[in-house]
Amino acid sequence: MPLLAVNDLRTYFHTRSGVHRAVDGISFAVEQGETVGIVGESGSGKSVACYSIMGLVPQPPGRIESGSAIFGGIDLLRCPAAVARSLRGKRIAMIFQDPMTSLNPYLRVSEQLIEPLLIHENASRAAARRRALAMLEAVGLNDAAARIDHYPHEFSGGMRQRVMIAMALITRPELLIADEPTTALDVTVQAQILELIRRLQRETGMAVIFITHDLGVVAGLCDRVLVMYAGRLVESGDLRAVFQQPRHPYTQALQRSIPSLQAKGAELFTIPGLPPDLSRLPPGCAFAPRCVAATARCRAEDPALREIAPRHASACLRVQAGEI
Amino acid sequence: MPDPILELKNLQTHFPVRRGFVVRHGAGTVKAVDGVSLAVQRGEVLGLVGESGCGKSTLARTILGLVPATAGVVVLEGRNLTAAGPAAWREARRGAQMVFQDPYASLNPRMTVFAALAEPMLVHRVCARAEVPGRVAGLMELVGLAPRFANKYPHEFSGGQRQRIAVARALALQPRLVLADEPVSALDVSVQAQILNLLARLVREMHLSLLFIAHDLSVVKHISDRVAVMYLGKIVELGRAVDVIERPRHPYTRALVSAIPTPDPDAERARQRIVLPGDPPSPLHPPAGCAFHPRCPFAQDKCRHSVPPLTALADGREAACVRIEEI
Repeated sequence: MPLLAVNDLRTYFHTRSGVHRAVDGISFAVEQGETVGIVGESGSGKSVACYSIMGLVPQPPGRIESGSAIFGGIDLLRCPAAVARSLRGKRIAMIFQDPMTSLNPYLRVSEQLIEPLLIHENASRAAARRRALAMLEAVGLNDAAARIDHYPHEFSGGMRQRVMIAMALITRPELLIADEPTTALDVTVQAQILELIRRLQRETGMAVIFITHDLGVVAGLCDRVLVMYAGRLVESGDLRAVFQQPRHPYTQALQRSIPSLQAKGAELFTIPGLPPDLSRLPPGCAFAPRCVAATARCRAEDPALREIAPRHASACLRVQAGEI
Repeated sequence: MPDPILELKNLQTHFPVRRGFVVRHGAGTVKAVDGVSLAVQRGEVLGLVGESGCGKSTLARTILGLVPATAGVVVLEGRNLTAAGPAAWREARRGAQMVFQDPYASLNPRMTVFAALAEPMLVHRVCARAEVPGRVAGLMELVGLAPRFANKYPHEFSGGQRQRIAVARALALQPRLVLADEPVSALDVSVQAQILNLLARLVREMHLSLLFIAHDLSVVKHISDRVAVMYLGKIVELGRAVDVIERPRHPYTRALVSAIPTPDPDAERARQRIVLPGDPPSPLHPPAGCAFHPRCPFAQDKCRHSVPPLTALADGREAACVRIEEI
């Protein structure tokens, strides 16, 4: 029984310029203790998908058109608000890209750290503060006792990210959703934060959904990978399977455009064209206009994600038919 | 061997910090660039890498006179610009131009593409007015944009397209040196590839020299001939790109290279990561002696007491570490 099972999630944004299909029918599962990477470029829908699961999509203009997200027997998309609130921040936690905008600049870090405990566990302030101090030390913040009463702006980017991780994990959630938590950090600080997430995951056994555009980060952290394009899942599978035998033209193109894999000086492969306008998606496969292998059938038929090898699925009609 | 197109000798850019509102008093100095010496040869691509606060952007701005140097020498195309006035700088900038990081902030939102590309030509009076439309069209084609979009405004383009416009603008005066300050950091991977290919092609076809500043080592390795690594206002290692990135010698470069995630699951699991403790230091409170010593796995007492000079090693590179031969 997976920890989280998402089925046919569709989140559309209804704006004056049209209906923006940010997430357009994705299904995936996360097992206890595993790390799943969701990879995609800007506009792929990876963040909106997770915001939808967490109930953080403003509705309007957003609307969860269909789908379910079953966590511990409860459908997060349909349950009463009070039930969602009791799960959010307690059993499922989320960390974001920019800690400066996701930490409250007006509150001391101590206040923000103890808040989840006061709300979800009815803890006393004294007990909560003790847990907060322990948590700050666990995330590698030295002299936690001296710094716990500081404001967010008094910390550096890497330290703020550690504070956010401490806040997210203080209630010992079963699932952590990390939305590009290291994208805005220097590479040496990123290495520290990734090492921290790895260690905490080993110690607590929690599952992690890690959203990123960086294939290198996925390679070092995740057990499974989901690749998104234009609001849809185009490929999913075990880490090595997807990296070593990518079975969707978009995944293959993405790998080929990364400098580190190329011989120095050779011209980098580029994906022709531009990402699609999500309010004016063409019929058929969303990637077809930019795909070197697209046929007339690709432009007419909507592809579904199908298993093409054990624990490896692709939403490419031609791959499914064994043509490429 | 012809002269280098750009030479920096012990360049320093310091910013005084003043505290207080009614009564202002000095509270220290941010030594953003603290003694940088390097040379860019004609036709060469020199990559400059470092993390936030290392001074690489300030260095670029100082080279082009956007920020005044506190001490040291900038020689651009043989001209010493250290004490240059506005007229001398304007003349110098005909030969050296900059592409900035943020394609959303570096283009004037109220100027059409045409206006943005024509402006440098008109300001520097490089041609007759009647020739400008033809040159603008030529520039747009050079960077892969259809000339019929010349009357559009920046907001009508994607990030990658805006960066192409910024590159076109930098090339409007046919400079010999281009400084690109993190030109692809704000772009998606597939768009990065397009801009990198463009820059590489322009360097080849126009025999440009390029100072390419970035924090992403794999991007820098791909496009650069040589690489300089910066830490807290100083160069800590300088050498051929392949040497510095595949066989780093300075402890900071080794940690930097080690920190880069590679898209290869087996390599990632097998590698020995060097994870640096602590945060990059603040230029307002630099450590004593070698700026890297608080985070350096090889630091000894002597590292706290003296600033290591950039010295030449046997393989032709330079590194600033007193223990470099032992580690």
